Amino acid sequence: MPKHTIIALVEDKPGVLNHMASLFRRRGFNIESIAVGRSEVPHLSRMTLVVNGGNTMVEQVRKQLDKVVDVVKVSDITSDKVITRELALIKVKATSSTRSEVMQIVDIFRANIVDVAADSVTVEVTGDENKIDSLLNLLRGFGIRELTRTGRIALTRGETKPLPVKKPPKAKGQKPTK
Amino acid sequence: MKLTGAQMIGESLVKEGVEVIFGILGGSLLPLYDVLPHYPQLRHILVRHEQGAAHAADGYARATGKVGVCLATSGPGATNLVTGIANACLDSVPMVAITGQVARPFIGKDAFQEVDITGITMPITKHNYLVMDAASVPETIKEAFHLARTGRPGPVLIDLPRDVQIDQAEFNYPSKPNLPSYKPILKGHPAQIKKAAKLINEAKKPVIIAGRGVIISAAFAELKELVEQAQIPLVTTLLGISCFPESHVLSYGMLGMHGMAYANMAVDAADLIIAIGMRFDDRATAKVSDFAPHAHVIHIDIDPAEIGKNVRVDVPIVGDVKAVLKELNKLIVAAKRIDWIRQLDDWRREHPSLVIRPGESLLPQYVIRQIYEVTNGEATIVTGVGQHQMWAAQHYWYDKPNTFISSGGLGTMGFGLPAAIGAKVGCPNDTVWCIDGDGSLQMTIQELATAVQEKVAVKIAVLHNNYLGMVRQWQEMFYGKRYVATPLSSPDFVKVAEAYGLPGLRVERREEVAPAIQQAMAEPGPFLIDFIVEPEENVYPMVPPGASLAEVLEEPEKKTKPKAVKDSAKLPVSNI
Ligand SMILES: Cc1cc2nc3c(=O)[nH]c(=O)nc-3n(C[C@H](O)[C@H](O)[C@H](O)COP(=O)(O)OP(=O)(O)OC[C@H]3O[C@@H](n4cnc5c(N)ncnc54)[C@H](O)[C@@H]3O)c2cc1C
Ligand SMILES: Cc1ncc(C[n+]2csc(CCOP(=O)(O)OP(=O)(O)O)c2C)c(N)n1
Ligand SMILES: [Mg+2]
Repeated sequence: MPKHTIIALVEDKPGVLNHMASLFRRRGFNIESIAVGRSEVPHLSRMTLVVNGGNTMVEQVRKQLDKVVDVVKVSDITSDKVITRELALIKVKATSSTRSEVMQIVDIFRANIVDVAADSVTVEVTGDENKIDSLLNLLRGFGIRELTRTGRIALTRGETKPLPVKKPPKAKGQKPTK
Repeated sequence: MKLTGAQMIGESLVKEGVEVIFGILGGSLLPLYDVLPHYPQLRHILVRHEQGAAHAADGYARATGKVGVCLATSGPGATNLVTGIANACLDSVPMVAITGQVARPFIGKDAFQEVDITGITMPITKHNYLVMDAASVPETIKEAFHLARTGRPGPVLIDLPRDVQIDQAEFNYPSKPNLPSYKPILKGHPAQIKKAAKLINEAKKPVIIAGRGVIISAAFAELKELVEQAQIPLVTTLLGISCFPESHVLSYGMLGMHGMAYANMAVDAADLIIAIGMRFDDRATAKVSDFAPHAHVIHIDIDPAEIGKNVRVDVPIVGDVKAVLKELNKLIVAAKRIDWIRQLDDWRREHPSLVIRPGESLLPQYVIRQIYEVTNGEATIVTGVGQHQMWAAQHYWYDKPNTFISSGGLGTMGFGLPAAIGAKVGCPNDTVWCIDGDGSLQMTIQELATAVQEKVAVKIAVLHNNYLGMVRQWQEMFYGKRYVATPLSSPDFVKVAEAYGLPGLRVERREEVAPAIQQAMAEPGPFLIDFIVEPEENVYPMVPPGASLAEVLEEPEKKTKPKAVKDSAKLPVSNI
């Protein structure tokens, strides 16, 4: 099934992630990854979702997300020009005899070694999913001890329209929590 | 000026034009209840169970079009609201539910009567808030009412910790909500409206399916103009009933599982479906893959997520029904469609769906027809859930706008009595009849006390069949007549009514029906009639589960039908 990339700008409130997660579960949407973090606007987070499914299903995901009041904007950017990245940290088994071979592979992928232990190295790699998958494939032979991936993050290339942004909360902490 | 959180709630509710609150207090709401007497504009109605508060607010909102408000304390008070909130959410009813919460320092500590009600109600509210400081009370209430009543209406919950009600802050009521990213689309896209008009003008066999969105939008006149101008036959969903006069020649009643046979046949044969403010619920469409197989579909709905959700749509129009129809009507060419309408009238004559068997036995359909006669078709009918609900939908002619109130999406037994109380409180000059089942009534029967204490003159007709009848019917038809857990004993409802302090009557014979209804109407206060009806009567027509609309089953005996009458759809009582 085709993969879709959806970007959502959401109010930075404790309940929002919960709300979205519950919506995916309830409507049976198949979400491959979610990555969330701060955006350029102080009280908004930008969320990148990778969704597996046909166009009708993905359209429902987009529309249902859009109905959540704390969601400011949702776009399906699958067919736009986009920059996508993912970060992975990979702990690979590396003995004295295999370490240099591992380091060579890491070099070719322009990845970094960020930690070295007696029998392993930890590799940091960024890129699109294909690049990370290929690196993983090569490292698998040495033995992967631990792996963590952030999931895809994405931005569209070029011009951006301004957002319908909520006035920032008044100085004396209106912090709506959920 | 500094006010306490509780005072700010009172002020804000008054500013929002609230007139009635249905609720039950408790420790976490004491600060708020303590200031209520300072706001005599806010009539508080004490219910007997919080589910009743939510349903009463729901009935009030449906009857008046205003936002219904209910109030419950933390913990069990809040969880008792849940069914009523879900009910309002599925039927797009504007409601604000306010719950007390434990004081802020206790949140998250499993404190006494603490539940995470914002977490619990997240999937069944349009939005909800946990207010964490007094200063944000006014803007929260402003936003809540705005969200509840605009766009696709729905319930909004506000959870108020006890200490937030006590804290003081400056009170400034905002004139507008601060919700820049919330912009419901009201005006339909002109190009889409043009496309729709073209399809309508070219259609040979169009059918309008009108739903609750027409009522929410109060687009009664605009819909009538479209129907008459373009001569398009109209059917409604269950919740669309009373959006269009049912005795109009172009009205063909309700479609769906218990819709009229000819309404379902019309939809099945149509070459164009114009769906207006309805969401293609599976009870309305029956087997969705076989729904209107020959038709293009135009769908007008305010919620973009409803479009294409269940049924493939050719021309989507996102917008408010009234605004869209105003534009669409300008592009409609007057038409006649004589053959198509004649075809439908033939079906209506050949498949009369509403004949009441003559004879001695007290049939539930007969009772409803008599209520129709005695009330001149001018009452507001509120129902429970089950067979009696379907008969109330079928056998009463709803000609007056917005006079049928029923739980459709959630199908909540127990909705009837509290919702009828809410409707009567909202529209005290209207006659309100609650048509309830013996099972449904027993789920919220305690609200009889509310009606008595608050002098709410609802009239209650219990269709007492000694069964959870709707389920019994399914057991009879699909489970080899094994009546497991459906035979139902009830208390003596007349004695129960009397014990609660309202008069009641038992009726067991046809000739007693009309006089009893007249007696109920003559009584100034609430009144209950216990109609002992035929126990194993079934609801027909019926589209069996999994079948398509075309496979509608008609009542077996009805094959012997009366001679053609002009509108045999709903035969007047005198013909029975
Ligand atoms: C025992 C039982 C049997 C039932 N049998 C049947 C049956 O035979 N036939 C049947 O039809 N139903 C039946 N129902 C009811 C069914 O479950 C649904 O509740 C019903 O079909 C929904 O009707 P609706 O789509 O008109 O209303 P709703 O569910 O209220 O949907 C309203 C739609 O209008 C839209 N809307 C709201 N406001 C506006 C506006 N201002 N402008 C534009 N659009 C707006 C909303 O977004 C929504 O899509 C039955 C229920 C029960 C309990
Ligand atoms: C709260 C709730 N519980 C269970 C059901 C399932 N149910 C649907 S109809 C029905 C029977 C209703 O019985 P009654 O109110 O006596 O109405 P009747 O069908 O006999 O007219 C039941 C149990 C429901 N809809 N709501
Ligand atoms: Mg019953």
